[in-house]
Amino acid sequence: MTGILKIAYKLLVNDKGKFAALLIGITFSVFLMIQQTSMFAGMMRKASATVTNTGAKVWVMDRAVTSVASSIPMPDFMRDAARSMKGVKFAVPLYLGAGLARLQDGTYQGVSIIGLDDSSLFGRPELIEGNIEDIYAENGFVVVEDAESPKLENPKLGTTFEINDNRGVIVGIAKVPASGLFGIPTLYTTFSRAIQYIPSLRSTVSYILIEPTSVAAIPGIKIEINKLGYEALTEDEFIDRITNFYKYHTGMGTNILIMTVISFIVGLSISAQTFYTFVLENLDRFGALKAMGAKGRELVYMLLFQAGITALAGYGLGIGLCTILIAAARLRVPDYASVITFGNLALAFGMVLVIAAISSYIAVRRVLKIEPFDIFRS
Amino acid sequence: MNAIEARDLSKWFGEGETRTNAVQNVAFDAHFQEMLFIVGPSGSGKTTLLSMLSGILRPNQGTVKIKDQDIWSLSADKLADMRLHTVGFVFQDFHLFPKLTTVENVAVPLILKRRKWDEAIKEALQALEKVGIAQRAGLSPQKLSGGEQQRVAIARAIVSQPDILVLDEPTASLDGDTGRKIVEFVKRDILNAQRCIIIVTHDDRISEFADRMIKMEDGRVMEIEKGQGHA
Repeated sequence: MTGILKIAYKLLVNDKGKFAALLIGITFSVFLMIQQTSMFAGMMRKASATVTNTGAKVWVMDRAVTSVASSIPMPDFMRDAARSMKGVKFAVPLYLGAGLARLQDGTYQGVSIIGLDDSSLFGRPELIEGNIEDIYAENGFVVVEDAESPKLENPKLGTTFEINDNRGVIVGIAKVPASGLFGIPTLYTTFSRAIQYIPSLRSTVSYILIEPTSVAAIPGIKIEINKLGYEALTEDEFIDRITNFYKYHTGMGTNILIMTVISFIVGLSISAQTFYTFVLENLDRFGALKAMGAKGRELVYMLLFQAGITALAGYGLGIGLCTILIAAARLRVPDYASVITFGNLALAFGMVLVIAAISSYIAVRRVLKIEPFDIFRS
Repeated sequence: MNAIEARDLSKWFGEGETRTNAVQNVAFDAHFQEMLFIVGPSGSGKTTLLSMLSGILRPNQGTVKIKDQDIWSLSADKLADMRLHTVGFVFQDFHLFPKLTTVENVAVPLILKRRKWDEAIKEALQALEKVGIAQRAGLSPQKLSGGEQQRVAIARAIVSQPDILVLDEPTASLDGDTGRKIVEFVKRDILNAQRCIIIVTHDDRISEFADRMIKMEDGRVMEIEKGQGHA
């Protein structure tokens, strides 16, 4: 069989024009598919940044919450209720809000403020400068060093600013796995200081973070929380909810889906048309092979191999191209929201296989219909 | 044992009023070490007959035996195997792969027989030496002249040592002198005691090489006569 496949390979790659057209078609298609989906994955990663950075196993929230930024404050008693539940190791409040920081030059900059539980600082980021205990100091804030932090005038330890006429001081510089979606700097402080600095409603707790005694305790906790009219989600469930919100309720997912489908159609059109032309041009030779004693299935293997080789090469080139583009974009935009995930790769691979299958199916049908007698008649 | 035995062979296309009889009740034997010509005007059924003899076109009626084996009783796969191992084809338009080198083209039947690539190339090179164009082995067939392409096609047809060699209008794409030289070469160097060669042609200029000639008209054998090439 290897000899036949070698012939198939040579027939394909030696026809440089067609091979190049096939490769360009599939590469471009894969590039677009990966680019679109990785952009979406990157944005979703950023949209869920607070969830992943905090690392809580269970999040308690209002049932109407659709994304981490759209928290609906809960009354304080929920924290005590959660703490009293069976299977809860500890439960702490988390404040999430946005404010306007007045910088030293008098300009204003929107900031995202995360208030950590005063006693445990659960969910605190990893500090690269300063001590976390200093967050308890007067007006103490920790700034996340990311692509957005320069907007606070490149803050250092000791940099000051104002929020609602309250003084703030940077006491620590932190790094987090993912930065936020909205392009504003992130500040951490204590829960009590956060609600003191930011105007709040009567209820102040954005989320309650629960550490269960075991994974097996989570279903019971969810039932108990549900009885109180709220909802408990695991970290993965919360990320799914956020992703689904952007996917289905903002139009973003639909647009990405449409672009991905268009990319697929472009790739399929170019590939199927070129491959079919390639087969048509070699039809009499395939007929001659059949006359000489090649079996139909051997010709099918040849075509599938050719389609497979092209698909895999185009897939690899498409990924490479996309990676280069993302790397180049990050040189200019360090926080460029695009990330190639295994899911993106698998999706593109599946679509490329479909392109290869459809292209070769059309060609196979044509080749199997050739009668060796037609070769004599030609 | 005859190389080929054809009995009561008929082939028609269409049914009812549109039925066309391409070949009607043809019967003859072909022998080893014989160069048999099938001649006749266009539309006389020569190519249809050749296709039935070589296991490519199923007859509506009659039998074809190659070395006593009724080929049309074989399954499709066995029939393909029979063609691969027993019959060598030289097509009118050669049907060489332009994207393969000459030697790779010649090696194709051996590759189909699952021979290792290197071995197949080696044997293909020997076949090219036999037809006198080994020096062109690395070129694309597109860069060869018509006569050279014909020789490549012959090398491809004989590389797997077939018992039956069929040539469909071997001089049609060649000038008179080249065509004559090709057929002379086939008769002199390719025909042997273990091989039967059948040539379909309407080129009278090469009839001198025929051991026997089957003359066809309107799908019927009009006459089987000894050719000028009969020893």
